[in-house]
Amino acid sequence: MNPDPAKIHRRKQLSQRLVFALFTLMSAAIVLVLVVILGFIVVRGLPAINWGFLTKMPENGMTEGGIFPAIVGTFCLVLGSMIFAFPIGIMSGIYVNEYTNDGPVKRFMKTMTNNLAGIPSIVFGLFGMALFVNGLHFGDSILAGSLTLGLLVLPVVIRTTEESLKAIDNSFRIGSYALGATKLQTIRRVVLPMALPNIITGLILSIGRISGETAPILFTVAAYFLPKLPHSIFDQVMALPYHLYVISTSGTNIASSRKMAYGTALVLVLIVLALNLLANALRRYFGKKVKMN
Amino acid sequence: MKTGLQKFTEKFVEGLLFISGSITSLAVILIVLFLFKEGWGLFNETPVEKGSVIALNKSNPVQQLSAAQVKNIFDRKITNWSEVGGNNDSILIFSVNDITNFYSEAELGDSLQFVPQRISELMGKKSGIIAFLPTEYLAKNFEGRILPLKKITLKGFLKGKEWFPTAQPAAQLGILPLILGTLWVSLFAILIALPFGLATAIYIAEIADNRVGKILKPVIELLAGIPSVVYGFFGLIVIVPLVQRTFNLPVGETGLSGALVLAIMALPTIITISEDAIRNTPRAMKEASLALGATHWQTIYKVIIPYSISGISAATILGIGRAMGETMAVLMVTGNAAIIPHSILEPMRTIPATIAAELGESAHGGLHYKALFALGCVLFVMTLVINLTVDLISARKKYSK
Amino acid sequence: MAKDYVKKPKVMAKEVNLYYGDFHALKGITLSMEENHVVALIGPSGCGKSTFLRCFNRMNDLIPNTKVTGLVMVDGKDINDRGMNVDQLRKNIGMVFQKPNPFPKSIFENVAYGLRVNGVSDAKFIAERVERSLVQSALWEEVKDKLKKSAFELSGGQQQRLCIARALAIEPSIVLMDEPASALDPISTAKIEELIYELKSQYTIIIVTHNMQQAGRVSDKTAFFYMGELIEYDDTKIIFTNPKNTRTQNYVTGRFG
Ligand SMILES: Nc1ncnc2c1ncn2[C@@H]1O[C@H](COP(=O)(O)OP(=O)(O)OP(=O)(O)O)[C@@H](O)[C@H]1O
Ligand SMILES: [Mg+2]
Repeated sequence: MNPDPAKIHRRKQLSQRLVFALFTLMSAAIVLVLVVILGFIVVRGLPAINWGFLTKMPENGMTEGGIFPAIVGTFCLVLGSMIFAFPIGIMSGIYVNEYTNDGPVKRFMKTMTNNLAGIPSIVFGLFGMALFVNGLHFGDSILAGSLTLGLLVLPVVIRTTEESLKAIDNSFRIGSYALGATKLQTIRRVVLPMALPNIITGLILSIGRISGETAPILFTVAAYFLPKLPHSIFDQVMALPYHLYVISTSGTNIASSRKMAYGTALVLVLIVLALNLLANALRRYFGKKVKMN
Repeated sequence: MKTGLQKFTEKFVEGLLFISGSITSLAVILIVLFLFKEGWGLFNETPVEKGSVIALNKSNPVQQLSAAQVKNIFDRKITNWSEVGGNNDSILIFSVNDITNFYSEAELGDSLQFVPQRISELMGKKSGIIAFLPTEYLAKNFEGRILPLKKITLKGFLKGKEWFPTAQPAAQLGILPLILGTLWVSLFAILIALPFGLATAIYIAEIADNRVGKILKPVIELLAGIPSVVYGFFGLIVIVPLVQRTFNLPVGETGLSGALVLAIMALPTIITISEDAIRNTPRAMKEASLALGATHWQTIYKVIIPYSISGISAATILGIGRAMGETMAVLMVTGNAAIIPHSILEPMRTIPATIAAELGESAHGGLHYKALFALGCVLFVMTLVINLTVDLISARKKYSK
Repeated sequence: MAKDYVKKPKVMAKEVNLYYGDFHALKGITLSMEENHVVALIGPSGCGKSTFLRCFNRMNDLIPNTKVTGLVMVDGKDINDRGMNVDQLRKNIGMVFQKPNPFPKSIFENVAYGLRVNGVSDAKFIAERVERSLVQSALWEEVKDKLKKSAFELSGGQQQRLCIARALAIEPSIVLMDEPASALDPISTAKIEELIYELKSQYTIIIVTHNMQQAGRVSDKTAFFYMGELIEYDDTKIIFTNPKNTRTQNYVTGRFG
């Protein structure tokens, strides 16, 4: 071979070492970005958070007081969209994975789910406004907002269910059929219980998504300033993400509402963080249990 | 021992599940239907809000004007009728408030009851006049000629260079600056995110040992979980001033600020999908390369990346799609100037940001409202194209395996 | 003086143990072979043939939690030595895998790959070497008009010969083959066997096979493995006609395995 092998070897090793070092640094940069974002929000937000902040109404042009109605509002919206999206999404996932064979029906349903997942959240907002708020005359309401948000997370729920069901080996189903169980019995007694841990983990993560979405609720439910709690599903509510948007960009006095903004951002981040930790803990817990069996 | 009831239950549940399975299809269809129903109405209208008209002197040979021409006339950028295909006659702009320049209070009547009559007279007298009038000021025997405006066309909508939907007398509904703004910001975001995303995906899948990988995974999951409005807030307070200082700009709310925030937000998509693709490279192929004396890095860029390129491109395109549809973060940091961008360091406005910022102020069913839905349709089509492309790429990948 | 009459072993393993985590996959293997010989490794599935083969070019490094003890010498050098230049070692040892695994590249680039990654950039040299390797692996006539086509367009047998050409292009002195014909039809298998026979004059070859006839046809020596141990290693003729160990006898006569 013509070139000097030792030299080539050195060059190969050197370029590998350089590139790998670079990649390591770039990955570290991403961790750093997360740390900076979280650190920034935690450090600035922590002083704003106290009992009053979490339990009081906003006061004085939203520069003082608390964010209680926004917390309640977000809670209502999360609950509402869970009630709508979880059962339908899980059933849909079961249908696609258990009742369809690889064929046009399955392909079509999957493509549609993908398409729905790819629709930008603001388009959901437009749709929610056109159908729920104006078309069905729900007005700006928890109902309209929950349905819109529910539609948005539906593909997430479906995919989570599908993936969890797919991960279960076919031998379990066959074993159950062999004992004379029907398809429905097999799904209910064998497949679903085994898939449930993964489904639950996925659903917990999707709650984070619901609680942080802003664009879909802009025109379907969110109130700029509403210092009272909702009485029915036809009431408007404040919501955490929208509240953060409002007080950081268009509040009456942006400078003096900064502290409130930091606090709100921290609450949002804490919700997501808590859900992530919970999901990871569950994953580990269930992971161990599965191994023990 | 299957009883009839049991059989019925089986069938019933299957039907129920089928209905649930169809819901996404139904949702997509409904979304398309509603979006286009509200948006399509735009193309049957003229850019003048209902209740107002534009009128000329009867002798004026100009038959039609576009929204842009009307705007230029009223902005006094066009001052002679010859510029829009009429006679060589200077243009006289008239609106209802100007009536006192031509008539005394007595002539208008004490309760202004003669105003329509006087306007009509004036329209007949002045050959170069163009008037923007509410319909209630049109006299019965109006002496002017009501000018039909060109209807809004899809082409004009897509290619128009000015977005000024509340402009009087004619709304300027050109979304080219918004389309370009969206593309600029999202493409720039991917340009920034791709090297980092790919490097991290390779790092996790190939280089890092298991322990480090186990730390990185939740980091990325968390990055994906942080709400966009929080990113927007962070961008507003940290990135915007940073960009402003670094480039010494008058304002920090620029396309670049948006691109930076979007880059962070697009990272999880790019990383997870590329990582999957990289991990899917058969071990045998990797081993074959190493067995030929290639280093690990040579193996990565000569074998693993080419093999997983379809997954990586899918990740990239999906990342672009996410960035294009992202609303809140962009709305908060890009400055939202609806002008055709020339540099990433200018304020820009994207389609989703426009919808989010303006829909609240638009009257239900009005021109502006319809225009925003039409904008939603455009965004929908853009993301649909992206999704179908990704589907196509992944389908081809399966085929080649 | 007398030493000159004893050929130096080309490849040698001494007391080699290999652990996959807690699993003891190779148990004190000692074996040596001469230059330009073909050695066949036989034995029931899971007995450690592939694992042993992969010891010679340190392919097992790629599997996490693997531990190797003992001595593996190639050309008189301890290849597990810390100063060992692994990619150089692998360059000198070609490997052909059980399933054909061409790269997602053109036929030409597949064969040129080893040269390129080892720093050869002379286009003429590469073209000549690619042609020679393809001729050697008896594929040239079939592919000479479609060198730019994707390697995936070839049939399984052609792909496997392409992988052999790829291994030969960097002129290794040793070729490791792990069941190179097991995924192929009889005609392709015959071609590959023929090929091995021809390569013997220039290369030292270690081949894993489940096919007794094949082992008998192509190899000079045969090693019988069982449960991670080397049971018997001798001239192929002896192994197949008069083995010393009864387990070997049972295996080669098809009574178990
Ligand atoms: N990566 C690995 N991790 C753990 N154990 C392994 C690994 N690879 C192989 N083994 C185990 O080591 C033993 C030897 O495997 P090896 O692949 O060498 O067998 P083999 O003789 O080549 O079998 P076959 O004829 O089926 O190819 C087997 O019991 C196998 O289960
Ligand atoms: Mg093997």
